Amino acid sequence: MLEIENLTAEIDGKTILNGLTLTVPAGEVHAIMGPNGAGKSTLSYVLGGRPGYEVTGGSVRFNGEDLLDMEPHERAAAGLFLGFQYPVEIPGVSNVQFLREALNSQRKARGEEPLTGGEFLKLAKEKSALLKLDPEMLKRHVNVGFSGGEKKRAEMVQMGILDPKFAVLDETDSGLDIDALRVVGEGINSIMRAPDKAVLLITHYQRLLEVVKPDKVSILSQGRIVQTGGPELAVRLEEEGYDAVMAA
Amino acid sequence: MSEDIDIQDREAREAAEKAAEYEHGWSSDIETEFAEKGLNEDTVRFISAKKGEPEWMLDWRLKAFRLWQEMEEPNWAKLGYPEIDYQDAYYYAAPKKKVELDSLDDLDPEIKRVYDKLGIPLGEQEVLAGVKGAKKVAVDAVFDSVSVATSFREELKRAGVIFLSISEAIREYPDLVKKWLGKVVPQHDNYFATLNSAVFSDGTFVYVPEGVRCPMELSTYFRINAENTGQFERTLIVAEKGSYVSYLEGCTAPMRDENQLHAAVVELVAMEDAEIKYSTVQNWYPGNSEGVGGIYNFVTKRALCQGARSKVSWTQVETGSAVTWKYPSCVLNGEDSVGEFYSVAVTNNYQQADTGTKMIHNGRGSRSTIISKGISAGKSDNTYRGMVRVAANADGVRNRTECDSLLIGDRCGAHTVPYIEVKNPTAQIEHEATTSKISDDQLFYAMQRGLDDEEAMALIVNGFAKDVLKELPMEFAVEAQKLLAISLEGSVG
Repeated sequence: MLEIENLTAEIDGKTILNGLTLTVPAGEVHAIMGPNGAGKSTLSYVLGGRPGYEVTGGSVRFNGEDLLDMEPHERAAAGLFLGFQYPVEIPGVSNVQFLREALNSQRKARGEEPLTGGEFLKLAKEKSALLKLDPEMLKRHVNVGFSGGEKKRAEMVQMGILDPKFAVLDETDSGLDIDALRVVGEGINSIMRAPDKAVLLITHYQRLLEVVKPDKVSILSQGRIVQTGGPELAVRLEEEGYDAVMAA
Repeated sequence: MSEDIDIQDREAREAAEKAAEYEHGWSSDIETEFAEKGLNEDTVRFISAKKGEPEWMLDWRLKAFRLWQEMEEPNWAKLGYPEIDYQDAYYYAAPKKKVELDSLDDLDPEIKRVYDKLGIPLGEQEVLAGVKGAKKVAVDAVFDSVSVATSFREELKRAGVIFLSISEAIREYPDLVKKWLGKVVPQHDNYFATLNSAVFSDGTFVYVPEGVRCPMELSTYFRINAENTGQFERTLIVAEKGSYVSYLEGCTAPMRDENQLHAAVVELVAMEDAEIKYSTVQNWYPGNSEGVGGIYNFVTKRALCQGARSKVSWTQVETGSAVTWKYPSCVLNGEDSVGEFYSVAVTNNYQQADTGTKMIHNGRGSRSTIISKGISAGKSDNTYRGMVRVAANADGVRNRTECDSLLIGDRCGAHTVPYIEVKNPTAQIEHEATTSKISDDQLFYAMQRGLDDEEAMALIVNGFAKDVLKELPMEFAVEAQKLLAISLEGSVG
């Protein structure tokens, strides 16, 4: 589903991704772990197409298409979703308005009919319930006045509503307490665990991986994947630390 | 539902335009008559004579002209523009240079694109663009709709509402006009208002009798002679005791005018328990992206909240003009009277806007609300200038001012200049001001969810302006949202 081949990218002339190669087939949840500054967030932004992140080499194919050739909104319409580490506030715009416009823009790009207000509200309520987020929160402005945990849950409600094929989740577990972590993890499972979907789960900690059980775990260091294994790799990392595991 | 209203609106508007042509002929000899370039007493006499005005009106104009000659153009606003040569302008029916087009294919593609984006139907585009024969065809085609416009006018008449061009009102209701003209904005008020008093071309007169709730939103669309009055427009609205009227001014379609200098005056009078809602969408030609051309818009708008519990709301969306100088104000004389000012001002490229309001609290318990949203992009400058004044004997006055600026890019400017003068210790005055920037984070976030760059910008900007846009009448609000997005095109990235 996602094939990253020898990818290099830089910000302000500084190389961050340095020959990264990674393949995530449909049906797989692939965890990416790595020390600070390894390039985890850069990877998610490059996949999303954020301006300022310059790809200097390599390729990314998404369901056979050249992902790097698409605009950010085209990538979204093609089924790519980015869960932000720091979800952004948009004052004056309600979640309902934001997500309905976004969803209908995606649908239009795919040649599908837009959802009516009623259809959309039904969908939004259903997904809020899944993440145990008060549906009243959807009437509030996007992420404005939300606590850290609420933002992350709202982020997953967005994912549920937009129903992507592929999700890149950047430290979705940060800022969550134990209970919220479980809710979010189960949300990811129910939204994204499907034979025709896949997830790239960027995290620092093993605890989210206890709920969202990854099929593969890779270590990202100095801009490239240095090691790939099964779920047991994450457990080892948690116990022994990056230096020890990577030196072994 | 709103589409139906749109269609009705449009039909009625077209019908009104056609009716105007049908009833009054707009014959070609009127079009070719104009005053010579320059301004002197003869120009003023010429205008007055052309309008068939009574002696008192001519005297009033001449008095203004003499005052104007003694005055100096103000320079306190944060605006920079080349010196205006008042002798190098036309003051009455400048010869029309509007080129007649054979079809819409000949229209400037840039203007055509904006029309399309605003969703203006082809027929209406042809009229706006001056396509040959467009009106003629419409006159034939909308014979039925003429009766729509007529029925609107009949409905107003039944309610007792007077809704005329100011020239007609001067002839038909001289006592009413004489009673109020220049009472809210005196002839000597300021340089531009005085100039307007001497040479105003036309405008609107509305009179709502005691206890009448005007049965429809009044719009210049419905008014005869609505065209060609943009330069020195004069509007007077009087709402008698317990009456209500909502007035819409302007148009979202881009308006071009050969006359660079505009100086309008609007006077509102609200008596006891009366309410006036005045909404404006201003989209005069702002000049090109290099800052060449564009309208200079110097407007004096003021409301007299004369009666107890009277209320006036100004709502404005200002996106056009190269230079905007405009401070819709309320003089709150009535006890417990209410003044409101809701404004969105957008500047892009080299536009400059210095706009805001004055709330003059003379009445006990009078209240005012000011919400100003300035959006600056390109190399533009956007200034909020607002005064809140509380007189010594006005107890229990309240004012809340919220003044927010949004910057797009790093070459534009936003400025806030509040003047607060309080002479009564019981007043409660709140002033809040914020400045923020549209961040790359916000744009990328919205785009990652599926919006393209223009949709993302429109969403963020409309969110910022929401508190003002919601004060506009529904159909106007939808168009205004689109207009904001169009005005900011090309400012992303």
